[in-house]
Amino acid sequence: MERSRTDSVRLVYLTELTGMRLIGPQGARIGRVKEAAVAPREHPRRVSRFLFGFGRTRFSVRWDQVRAFDDAGIVLSDEKFVPYYGDDYHLLLTKDLLDQQIIDVNGRKVVRVNDIALRVARNGNEQLWVHEVGVGLQGAFRRLAEGLLPNRIIREIQERMTPRSIPWEACNIVEPDPQRRLRLSISHKRLETIHPADLADIVEDLGSEDREALFETLGEEFAAETLEEVKDTVKTSILHSLEPERAADILEEMDPAEAAEALALLEERARKDIVRDMEPEPADEVTELLEYEDDTAAGMMATRYLAFPEESTVRQVVASLQGEDTQVKRLTHFFLVDAAGRLAGAVSLGRLAIAPPDTSAMSLAYRTTVEVSMDARADEVVELFEKYNLYALPVVDADRVLQGQVTADDVISFLSPEMERGL
Amino acid sequence: MALLRNLRARALTFLGVLGPGFITAMVDNDAGGIFTYSDAGARWGYVPLWTLLPITLLLIVSQEMCSRMGAVTGKGLSDLIREEFGLRVTVIVMGLLLAVNFTNVAANFAGIAGAMELLPVSRYISVPLGALVVWVLVVKGTYQNVEKVFLAASAFYLAYVVSALLVEPDWELAIRSAVRPVLMADRSYIAVMIGMVGTSVAPWMQFYLQAAIVEKGIDSTQYRDTRVEVVIGCVMMAVVAFFIIVACAGAIWENGPRHVQSSAEAAEALLPLGRYAYALFAGGLLCSSLFASSILPLSTAYTVCEGLGLESGVDNDFDEAPTFYWMYTMLIVLGAGVVLIPDFPIVPMILLSQVLNGILLPVVMIFVLRLVNRKDLMREWTNGPVYNLVAWSAVVIMIGLAILLAVFSAFPMGSGAPMPSLP
Repeated sequence: MERSRTDSVRLVYLTELTGMRLIGPQGARIGRVKEAAVAPREHPRRVSRFLFGFGRTRFSVRWDQVRAFDDAGIVLSDEKFVPYYGDDYHLLLTKDLLDQQIIDVNGRKVVRVNDIALRVARNGNEQLWVHEVGVGLQGAFRRLAEGLLPNRIIREIQERMTPRSIPWEACNIVEPDPQRRLRLSISHKRLETIHPADLADIVEDLGSEDREALFETLGEEFAAETLEEVKDTVKTSILHSLEPERAADILEEMDPAEAAEALALLEERARKDIVRDMEPEPADEVTELLEYEDDTAAGMMATRYLAFPEESTVRQVVASLQGEDTQVKRLTHFFLVDAAGRLAGAVSLGRLAIAPPDTSAMSLAYRTTVEVSMDARADEVVELFEKYNLYALPVVDADRVLQGQVTADDVISFLSPEMERGL
Repeated sequence: MALLRNLRARALTFLGVLGPGFITAMVDNDAGGIFTYSDAGARWGYVPLWTLLPITLLLIVSQEMCSRMGAVTGKGLSDLIREEFGLRVTVIVMGLLLAVNFTNVAANFAGIAGAMELLPVSRYISVPLGALVVWVLVVKGTYQNVEKVFLAASAFYLAYVVSALLVEPDWELAIRSAVRPVLMADRSYIAVMIGMVGTSVAPWMQFYLQAAIVEKGIDSTQYRDTRVEVVIGCVMMAVVAFFIIVACAGAIWENGPRHVQSSAEAAEALLPLGRYAYALFAGGLLCSSLFASSILPLSTAYTVCEGLGLESGVDNDFDEAPTFYWMYTMLIVLGAGVVLIPDFPIVPMILLSQVLNGILLPVVMIFVLRLVNRKDLMREWTNGPVYNLVAWSAVVIMIGLAILLAVFSAFPMGSGAPMPSLP
């Protein structure tokens, strides 16, 4: 077998492996490999079974029956073959992986598997370990030329192409069946290291079953952050596919305004099913927000914000902020309100941080408090942001009672609605 | 009142899903289609009208299956072919599709040239201008806007209806012919019929429709409305075809049957019957050619890139999806370019396209039928036994026709005229 790239690593490609001859200890030709299986519970990358067969019957050879991989084929140390009827604990490299979509965790995108490179490892006997997954032209060329050109020539041509491959540890397979996910010890936890906005792009590229699988397994909070970033059409189909209970759990973690926006995409029945499963408090908030028109201040605002009594001192505000797990999205400002909840002032957290502890919070407030009524049109809101260079704008009702805040990022997403360009 | 509100809600959901099925069916009546129908009407009058009923059925069956697959799996047809049948098959299918669609693109630019020359505007102005408009519309527009433009453009197909009314054909005969099957052992008659089927059910439609359904995020819960939309689209396509045939039968065949050499010539033949009929027919031709020239290159580049696992879609920029943009641009540039080459053998090229089309369609349909009956992909959405019977018979008929069509195209014979179709 030729050495490839670095001298220390001997690679066998899956397309070479399938078709490779199995040779008995006395040199008998036993058959040709048709499929290779990894049993992740046993070892994350070692090929555990080599399958061969005639017609429909398939037999398996265990990894420890292999003595060596050489130019002639796979040399075995015995001839005990077991009929193979499929095994839920096995990941079949050709059937389950080749040509399928996987997530490249490092590159943060969905790729299609063209070929799989296996590395010959010596550990007592010779074993094959999954090394990396080819997603570029190299792999594609190998697949197309397989059987038409001798392997040696394929390798020679292939060496001249730019490799594009993903190390096995960065490959995330999406498995829709929860049982099988467990048996193959596939977890989607690693995806939570990806920024939700990037994961949202990934989700948009997946088929509906895979999407559903992701949203069933991601942590609720992370799922919520990702769902917020997904484009509307995909959001709708994800919410449709999830059990209402699970959808409710995820929506509870979202900012109520975002949750309301997502629910507004659904038809009434589906929406009611989900809201019914939500905790009473977020359910009420969301139901109320659903009443507002999209393009008004009320429709844009978030209902989670920080507000303190107007007579608070800096010390008091800091004390109640510290250690608090606020669910406020943009922690840049807080508001001061009177006993009736009417808006008295707005303070930036930066000013709070540098103020002496005993000053009154009210003395830090902006000289003029810019506010907007709930039914103000969205373009009015935008104008206020521009005119006063705001980061956050309090929204008040007819009695000037504080109801919510519009933040700069709400304005940005209003101005550049995620354009659904595609196809 | 409640009923009325209910109706309104239904109508609104329906408008929400309106798009993919309707657009696909309308683009189906492109320059090649219009020519085939005009020629059928000019040569055989009202007689071929009966074929429209079975054609509509064929179209509905093929389009319905693809839209269902898109809605249930959330994946495009090229994705599914790749996943289930491997890279090599995919590359062959994509290669054929690229070739067929390229000739279709060229045919539609020829349609633009023909329609504009009636004005008269030189093709050296109209074709580059058309190509530019098409390119900019898609690359700089958003999918939602593009879809709106396309839906609005569909209204131009009414031009054929009005044009047919102005011609004052024999309506009684037309309607009787529409439901009275006539088979004649005449080569040119058979060729016309095959041409009509071939131009109405084209492989690119299956790929485009399924991708558009996925792009729109339609899922199985919304599928019922989509199915209605797809069926309406197919029926509308047949209605437009009906009026084109009737217009040409009334204007040309009634004054002496003859062969028309291009759709523009068909429009000219309407001139003696009134300037409006003529202008509307020519306008319709221009619109449908433009329409198809925008959709076809886009759909082709998208489908091919998806199947090969390359980045695609206009929501990526040039650096992210270079192959997609190059392919899209080259299809337009070369498609428009060949029309401008003096004495370019466009007619043989179109005939070649018909042959490739005929080879590709049954292949695609067999893939579609095998995929749509896979329980693991489609769950409870597989075909029923009766549906399968109809669909498989349709495939058999299509294969038979495709072979005949390929034979007729490769060896033109019959009444001396090139057959069966040119733009």
